[in-house]
Amino acid sequence: MAADIAGERRAPWVLLSPSLATVGLLLIIPMLFIVVYSFWLRTATGADQVGFYLDNWIEVLGDRFYRDILFQTFAIAFYTTVICAFIGYIPAYFVANTPMKSKAFLLLMLMLPFWISYIIRTMSWINILGTSGALNTLFLSIGIIDEPIQMLYNQTTVVLGLVHYLLPFMILNVYVSLDGIDKNLTEAAQSLGCTGWQAFREVTLPLSMPGLAAGSLLCFVLAAGTYITPIVLGGPRDAMFANLVFEAIVTQLNWPLGSALSLVLLALLGVLVVIYTRYLGVDQIAKSFK
Amino acid sequence: MDDTKRYERLLNRYRDGDISRRTFLTALGAAGVVAGVTGGPMGLLARNAHAATPEQVRFDGWGGVVSEAFEKYAFAPYTEKTGIDVVSGTFGGADEYIARVKAGQPGEFNLAHLSGVFDYARYHGLELTSELNEDNIPNLKNVIPSLIEPLRKITGGTLSAVPYDYGTTGIAYNRKYISDEEAKAKGAKLMVDEAYKGKIGGWGEWKTRIWYGALQSDQDPNNIKDIDAVWDMIRSHRDLALKYWSSGAELMSLLAEEEIYVTEGWSGRIKALQDQGHDIGYHDPAGGLGWQECIFVLRGSPMAACEELLNFMLEPEVAIAVAEGQSYPPALDPNKVELGKIIPTLPAFDPSGTLSSLSFFDPAYWNENEADWSKTFSRVQRGY
Repeated sequence: MAADIAGERRAPWVLLSPSLATVGLLLIIPMLFIVVYSFWLRTATGADQVGFYLDNWIEVLGDRFYRDILFQTFAIAFYTTVICAFIGYIPAYFVANTPMKSKAFLLLMLMLPFWISYIIRTMSWINILGTSGALNTLFLSIGIIDEPIQMLYNQTTVVLGLVHYLLPFMILNVYVSLDGIDKNLTEAAQSLGCTGWQAFREVTLPLSMPGLAAGSLLCFVLAAGTYITPIVLGGPRDAMFANLVFEAIVTQLNWPLGSALSLVLLALLGVLVVIYTRYLGVDQIAKSFK
Repeated sequence: MDDTKRYERLLNRYRDGDISRRTFLTALGAAGVVAGVTGGPMGLLARNAHAATPEQVRFDGWGGVVSEAFEKYAFAPYTEKTGIDVVSGTFGGADEYIARVKAGQPGEFNLAHLSGVFDYARYHGLELTSELNEDNIPNLKNVIPSLIEPLRKITGGTLSAVPYDYGTTGIAYNRKYISDEEAKAKGAKLMVDEAYKGKIGGWGEWKTRIWYGALQSDQDPNNIKDIDAVWDMIRSHRDLALKYWSSGAELMSLLAEEEIYVTEGWSGRIKALQDQGHDIGYHDPAGGLGWQECIFVLRGSPMAACEELLNFMLEPEVAIAVAEGQSYPPALDPNKVELGKIIPTLPAFDPSGTLSSLSFFDPAYWNENEADWSKTFSRVQRGY
C-alpha cells in the first residue's frame, strides 16, 4: 500500500523528468553560470579572475551610462510596440472578419516574412531608403527632390526596422483574440442602438485587449533585446542595451561585466513578464502559436 | 599519463577488440557531454581528442573573397597533396573569434588568419600561443624579416604564427566629391571636416578610431600624450559621421552607393572597389596605419599537420595566388621572391621589403591600454 502511494507520488516526477532535465541543462545551469560569471573580474590580459567581487554590479547599477542606454532601449522598444499595436490592429481585424477561404491565404501571407532571414529583411531597408535606394530614385525621377534625402542610419530607421520585424507577432496575437470573439455580441450591441464605431469601441476593442496586451509584451521584450537592427540601420550613437552586452563580451572580452549587464536586462524584462502574467496570464501568448 | 595517451589507449583498446564499438563511442560521447557541460578534466580529454586527429585541421578566416582564395589556392591542393582535410570556418572579427576560442576547448580551433601584432600579443596574454618548429617550415626564410621580428619579441624568440600578408588602413574617398589634392593636403583631418558632415564614415573599432583620433590631434598614435584630445577628435568625428561600418562588405557598400564620401578603409577592399569601376581614391596619410595578418596556430593543435600547412601556404605560388585573390600584398620578401606583375600594383605594397614607411600598433603600448580605452570608446561612441 505504502509502495503504491510512493509510486503514485513519483509518477509525475518521472513523467516530467525529460522536460525538467532539458530545462535544467539548457536554461537553469547556463543561467547559473552567467550569475557566477557576473561576480568574477576581468584581468588586464582578458583572462577571468575567479572569486566573489561586486565590482561589476556596482558599475552596472551605479553608472549613469548604463541607465541612459537602458532608458533609450526601453524608449525604442516602447515606440516600436505602440506603432505595431496601431498598425497591426487593422490587418488583424481585417483577417479576423474575412470569409474562411481568404482567411487561410491571408494567414499564410502573414507568415511569409518568417521564411526570410531577419537580417536580410532588416538589410532590405538599405535598398529602399538609401541615397541610391528605391525611394530616392523614385522621388528624383519624378522631380519631387533635386538631390537624395538622407533617410538611413538614425533612430527612426531603427524603429522602422523593428516594426518590420515585429509586426507579424502583433498581428497574430490580436487576430487570435479577435477571432475568438462571438460575432453575435457585436450584432447584439448594434441591435440595441450602438453605431458600428460604438460597437467596436464598447465590445470588440475591450474583448480584444488580451491579444493586444500579449502582442505588446512580445513586441516590447523582443525589441528591447535586439542588437542587429541598430547595427545595420542605426547611426554611430544608436545603440541598444544588447549592443553593450555584445561589446562587453566580444569586443572587450569582459565576460563578467557582460554577464552582469545581461542579467540586468533579463531581470527588468522578467519583471514585465511577471506583471503581465499576474494580470493577464501567459495563455494568451500561447494561443497565437497554436 | 596525459589525456592524449588516455584517448589513444581507449582507441587502441577498441582497435584490439577489447571494447565494443558501442562502448567506445559511448565513452567518447559521455566524455563529450561532460566536457561540454562541465569543462575541466573531461574538457582536457576532449581537447586532446581534437588535437590528436591528424586527418584534419581547422582553419578560421574572414570569409568572403579571402576565404575563397584560401580554399581555392591553398587548402584544396594541400588536401590533395597530403590527404589532410582543412575544415574551414569564418569569423566576423578578431574579437568575435577570440570570444569563441575562449569559450571552446584548447585544440578545438587550430589555425586562424588573425590581424596584426596586437592580436598576437593578446592571444599570448591569454596563454593561447603554441611553439612552431621552424625547421618544419623552410619557406619561412622567404618572409619579410621586419614582419617576423615583432612576433618573436612577444613570444620570447619563438613563433606561434607566420606573417602572411600586410596592408594599410588609409583614407578612402569618392573622387567625384573629393580631389586627390584635397585628400593629400588634409590627410587624416579630412574625416573631421565639417564640409562633409553626414557623408563621413568610419570603422567602429576602438583601436582604429583612437589611432586616427591621435593623428587628427597631431599626436603619435603609439605614444599618446593627451588622450582627452583624442577623445575630443573621436567625438567630432562621431558627430559628423553618418555610420560606423563593421565589415569590409559594409565599407564597400557605403562607398559604392555614395552613402558616404570619405572614410578610412582597408587597402585591399578599396582596391576591390576600384577594380569594380568605382572612382574611389585611396591615400595613406603621414603616420598612416599599417598592419600585418598572420596565420596563427593555437595551443593544443596538431603541430606537425599545422606546420606542414603553413609551409604549404608560404609556397610562393600559393601565397601569391592568395594575395592576388584578396588584394593584399603577401608577406614574402620581394628581395628573395619574384612576386609577378600584379602584386607590385596592389595598394600598400612595399618594393623595398622593409615596410619602414608604415606605422604599426605597438602591441605592448596598446595592450596596456586596451581595457580602459575600449570601454571608454564604447561610451564616447554613444554620445559621452
